Amino acid sequence: MSAIKEMPMAKAITAALRDELAADQKTLLIGEDIGALGGVFRVTDGLQAEFGTHRVIDSPLAESGIIGACIGMAMRGYRPVAEIQFDGFVFPAFNQITTQLAKMHNRTDGKIKVPVTIRIPYGGHIGSVEHHSESPEALFAHTAGLRIVAPSNPQDAYWMTRQAIVSDDPVIILEPKRRYWLKGRVDMENPAPDAFRAQVLREGTDATIATYGPLVPVALAAAEAARADQRSIEVIDIRSISPLDDETIARSAAKTQRLVVAHEAPTFGGMGGEIAARVAERAHPRLLAPVLRVGGFHMPYPPSSQEHRYLPDIDRMLEAVERSFSYQRGV
Amino acid sequence: MQPQEVQPIQLLAPDGTLAENEVYSPYIAALSAEELRELYRHMAVERRLDAEATSLQRQGQLALWAPAQGQEAAQVGTIAALKPTDMVFPTYREHAMALYRGISPEQLLTMFRATRHTGWDPREHNFQVYTLVLAAQTLHAAGWAMGINQDLRMGSIPRDRAEDEIVVACIGDGATSQGDVHESMVFASSYELPMLYFIQNNHWAISVPTRTQSRGPLVNRAQGYGFEGVRVDGNDVLASYAVATRLSGEIRAGKGPKLIESVTYRMGAHTTADDPTKYRSSQELELWEGRDPIRRYRSWLSSTGDADESFFEQVDADAKDLASDMRKSVLALEPIDLERVFDTVYSEPHRQVEAEKAWLKDYEAGFAEETNATEAGTTR
Repeated sequence: MSAIKEMPMAKAITAALRDELAADQKTLLIGEDIGALGGVFRVTDGLQAEFGTHRVIDSPLAESGIIGACIGMAMRGYRPVAEIQFDGFVFPAFNQITTQLAKMHNRTDGKIKVPVTIRIPYGGHIGSVEHHSESPEALFAHTAGLRIVAPSNPQDAYWMTRQAIVSDDPVIILEPKRRYWLKGRVDMENPAPDAFRAQVLREGTDATIATYGPLVPVALAAAEAARADQRSIEVIDIRSISPLDDETIARSAAKTQRLVVAHEAPTFGGMGGEIAARVAERAHPRLLAPVLRVGGFHMPYPPSSQEHRYLPDIDRMLEAVERSFSYQRGV
Repeated sequence: MQPQEVQPIQLLAPDGTLAENEVYSPYIAALSAEELRELYRHMAVERRLDAEATSLQRQGQLALWAPAQGQEAAQVGTIAALKPTDMVFPTYREHAMALYRGISPEQLLTMFRATRHTGWDPREHNFQVYTLVLAAQTLHAAGWAMGINQDLRMGSIPRDRAEDEIVVACIGDGATSQGDVHESMVFASSYELPMLYFIQNNHWAISVPTRTQSRGPLVNRAQGYGFEGVRVDGNDVLASYAVATRLSGEIRAGKGPKLIESVTYRMGAHTTADDPTKYRSSQELELWEGRDPIRRYRSWLSSTGDADESFFEQVDADAKDLASDMRKSVLALEPIDLERVFDTVYSEPHRQVEAEKAWLKDYEAGFAEETNATEAGTTR
């Protein structure tokens, strides 16, 4: 049997969970509807039948309870993996995540480790109703003590999930739900790069688009479209939001001299601003234009009948690239 | 509908006379004279420490103090009924329980002196760190209890006799309004967790009375989750011990979670930051002074002949020594280094934390160079 398989991202995550459940009996899954149903996105499909109701635990409908209980299990030496059903429903657990999970290791002077993994299907473009399409990464990135990653392809999804579970720190995995059915090759033997590093996915010389999760395929398509206009666009998959691999992004920006950062979350107060500031600090003399941001608007996620206008697409990314070219340096 | 009153279990009346109780008296009868004296010692020592900590705060030596005066019997009676292997998830007022578990006064006061967030290793004492976010720990307790059940099923018991372990989740009356308590009790009930909820109803959540948290007795909440609750006179150390012994025994026997509402009274302020005279009457305070847990127990203990005057004098002298040693050791507490705080944000390296730590080092080294340059300048 070959170690390289073609599969959708959701199945890659299932495979990662299965492999970690098999590797360490201290690893447990807990979440709403993850057992018999296999989760609303079927990511845990079949795992309860394989590992039992005590390793794949259907929880009461209580997000704070799920995360709080994970903290207690982790204190006792388990490696719980929580599933939050949808991004917008993580907020009942926000207190447990930010005041407890993120801080436990620090407030106990390193005596307690809480290796909890939180999987959150996140982001829009699935035509759903409110609270089912949000991008809460900046709220968590602002909290020290949490690690946050967002895979964009099956290979990363498989390995990032495994690396998150074995990490001794709490890790939030933002799973771009609109990419669950995106197929790709997964090499089960050779790990993807370190989950906490960015990756240059496409080399270019004229400008860089840096993004993560659901927008990575959009950025790749934008770069391809720009080729027709003789623009050579470099694409970076940021992959890790905390820690942020600002070095890799800045190096690319210094090379191409123009940077556009894109995410689905609102630009105001978002990760794009943080990245822009960091890249400006590192690469300012080399930049020919300010770092530009492409993202959601300063509004609650709109009714999904309007999400096509809210979410960044190829055209919005290309518009930002062109805007970047329109800047003139100090005449 | 009028809230239904529930009479708390009481063995020892405020005047120090002991009543017979078919269910609970045998637990007391099983205690040796030495064990009975120890209950007194623990209560008296905590009260002395508490007074000393309050005074240290008034002198500006502690950032804050949360007095537990009045709650000594509730805490000592309950923890004495537990095994050392039982894990306690405290609030921030479980001083008597902490001392009982061997946590030293200076370890206890570390957080209140703001030199560190916590002063002890939870694993050494099976006593978790104090929590300031109300009720958050009740869910950690549920998770820990899920871990116990998991250990039993998987046969991967990290310590001896996991089947003997139970978890105690402490909460105050105010915290019972928090949603996490509800979620914790749902988890405990649904997964039949080996948990004891220990509510100390001390009547006041800072300035807000218990009736704002609940119109009926808090003990009745247990029923709603499908488990047993017992209301006990928390100023009666013997009843507290007996009730906790019976319930913890049932939990150990696999009968799922139980709840104790311990009706007691906080004699002092919520913390040294508030002034109770603004929200409660002196008549109320007098009423509860009449129900003082230590005086009540001392009166009974002397009447049994198990403790004489010299014992009480010795305890007072020991408590006084402890308080004075505590003053010295607390004043000598060294603050944690900010470098150490950087080092424990994550277990594994995190480049933003490392970069900021390095920046601070360089920045502060810059001042050192300036100072050296200035000093060099003056000697020239």
